[in-house]
Amino acid sequence: MLRLEKRPQPSKFWNWATPVLAVVLTMIAGGLLFMALGKDPFAAIKMIFWDPLFSPQFAAYSRPQLLVKAGPLILIAVGLAVGFRAGIWNIGAEGQYIIGALCGAAVALWFWPAPGWYIFPLMVLAGAFGGWAWAMIPAILKTRFNTNEILVSLLLVYVAEKILAAMSVGRMRNPDGAGFPGSRNISQYPAASNQELIANTGMHWGVVAAFIAVIFTYIMLHRHILGFQVQLAGQAPRAARFAGVAPARLIVLCLGFSGAMAGLAGMFEVSGPARMISIDFNSYYGFTAIIVAFLGRLHPVGIVLAGLLMALTYIGGELAQFMLGLPSAAIQVFQGMLLFFLLAVDVLSNYRIRLSVREAV
Amino acid sequence: MDFSSINPVVLMAALMVAATPILLAAIGELVVEKAGVLNLGVEGMMITGAVVGFAVAVTTRNPYLGMLAAMGGGAAMSLVFGILTQLLKANQVASGLALTLFGLGFSALVGQGYVGISPPRTAKLNFGFLSDLPVIGPILFRHDPMVYASIAIVAGVWYWLNYTRGGRILRAVGENHDAAHALGYRVLRVRMLAIMFGGACAGMGGAYLSLIRVPQWTEGMTAGAGWIALALVVFASWRPWRALLGAYLFGGIVVLQLNLQAAGFRIPVEYLAMSPYLITILVLVIMSSGRARKSLAAPGSLTKPFHAAG
Repeated sequence: MLRLEKRPQPSKFWNWATPVLAVVLTMIAGGLLFMALGKDPFAAIKMIFWDPLFSPQFAAYSRPQLLVKAGPLILIAVGLAVGFRAGIWNIGAEGQYIIGALCGAAVALWFWPAPGWYIFPLMVLAGAFGGWAWAMIPAILKTRFNTNEILVSLLLVYVAEKILAAMSVGRMRNPDGAGFPGSRNISQYPAASNQELIANTGMHWGVVAAFIAVIFTYIMLHRHILGFQVQLAGQAPRAARFAGVAPARLIVLCLGFSGAMAGLAGMFEVSGPARMISIDFNSYYGFTAIIVAFLGRLHPVGIVLAGLLMALTYIGGELAQFMLGLPSAAIQVFQGMLLFFLLAVDVLSNYRIRLSVREAV
Repeated sequence: MDFSSINPVVLMAALMVAATPILLAAIGELVVEKAGVLNLGVEGMMITGAVVGFAVAVTTRNPYLGMLAAMGGGAAMSLVFGILTQLLKANQVASGLALTLFGLGFSALVGQGYVGISPPRTAKLNFGFLSDLPVIGPILFRHDPMVYASIAIVAGVWYWLNYTRGGRILRAVGENHDAAHALGYRVLRVRMLAIMFGGACAGMGGAYLSLIRVPQWTEGMTAGAGWIALALVVFASWRPWRALLGAYLFGGIVVLQLNLQAAGFRIPVEYLAMSPYLITILVLVIMSSGRARKSLAAPGSLTKPFHAAG
């Protein structure tokens, strides 16, 4: 009979080993899934995890994509991780991402086609503000009316999606676009475009912002009193209140920060890789970032690694779709499985598994 | 704009059909939460039920077999959640989210071959002269059997929770799992069964969407219905009949909104389409603030993990 015995303290070793174990288990389960779909599992796994980086045939195109995809994931995930640590569940990053993109695009379209060095910085501010403001809705409802922030932030994703649809066929539609839905191409508007900073690396301003956010979050969590309060509120809410942590302030800060980060990610995406506002602009980065945050153990450095790995599954998944005809949904299943396995093996860091003979009752 | 095209009788009749999927999901989740577990994966279980039910119904040409399969699919998904949260003590919020993310991907994968197919029709019941009554007949007595089944489930859950030994044990487990454990009740077993009941109900709700309400399979077709069902449980203050009331109110809003779209109301379609979500948020705010909150009576051990010491 297997029995769980609670560890006095979470195991340091398993804390970092479980994500690796989860990835390995996901590869095995994913291989079985691909086999069930009639594909060669080894070829598929290699196509997803190896070929985008090292194959001479694909790497030239795929490698820069790694940073392009990882940038928004990391940016959103570090924001979310702060809240998750404090037990504040913003799961509506997707909505904040959309609103951030809409605000950033609104600034660009407002100034179009005027030149000006100040336009792009203004867009950055607008993007962060949009995401922040959208996240303030669940924050204020939570602090004022004690409304569950999980449900509100999530329901607002659907509202944001409808606003996006309304904008791309309505006010933001390209007047020269022959009536097609979608805005002007922002990435071709020099004063507003988020260009690749170093050719063929995929490095754009969003990636820079992601790394700044990682460093900032690391310092805040590990070197600042706020980080201590976040930790305390998450692990012992009652003790936190005695220690003088104001829960309302923490909720506003955590939701606001994660919202601003998601908004920034959306703004950098719309002015760069996505090029314009369109109905299907959002690509579920906001949800995938939740997996990234957990895979990275809510730790800024871990999130960088997790974000890169998750970006790899996106790129490799696309590659496998082209080359092997693997359905795109298979990659979504693969990412979902990763979170399952991660949560499952997490038991190892908090509990010891003991073999025990059950006494006769 | 032409309001005369909106027929109140048709609207009332459509309301019950629109409400049934979320009612089914909500009544299942209500039992789960009464047992002290918060399963945020309702959306994932619903969409799994939608696709599994659709696939089986199309293959066997029998919608009821599809419904049964959907219950099985939803319950299987919830079993994963149960193992994660009950046996492996994983965080309930994260596990529920994982269920939703996985369910959306899984359903898209399974559903690939089923896009654009129409499912077998589910016959409407005929109650003889009752169905022929003016006004009341079309509103109440001309629906498919699942509408009545959902009401029967609500009644059953209400009776079971309040008047049976099993229901009292379940509530004890939800209110205070340590006390229930001390009394010798199997906390984890009760919770696992509750979770699987919730999964089966959510699966059935999903299949109702794909087989009867829409009826078709499209990717991501639940469109937040599972989350609305979660909000409905809060609205209902964990009381079964209130869940029914809430679901029908909500169904009314959805149907009215669709009718306004069809009638060419001056507000753009997208803004009308966001109204169900906004109204759900508004209801949540009203229910959880001030005086209303005291009557909420959320189960005491909700979301707290149980680990028997020793």
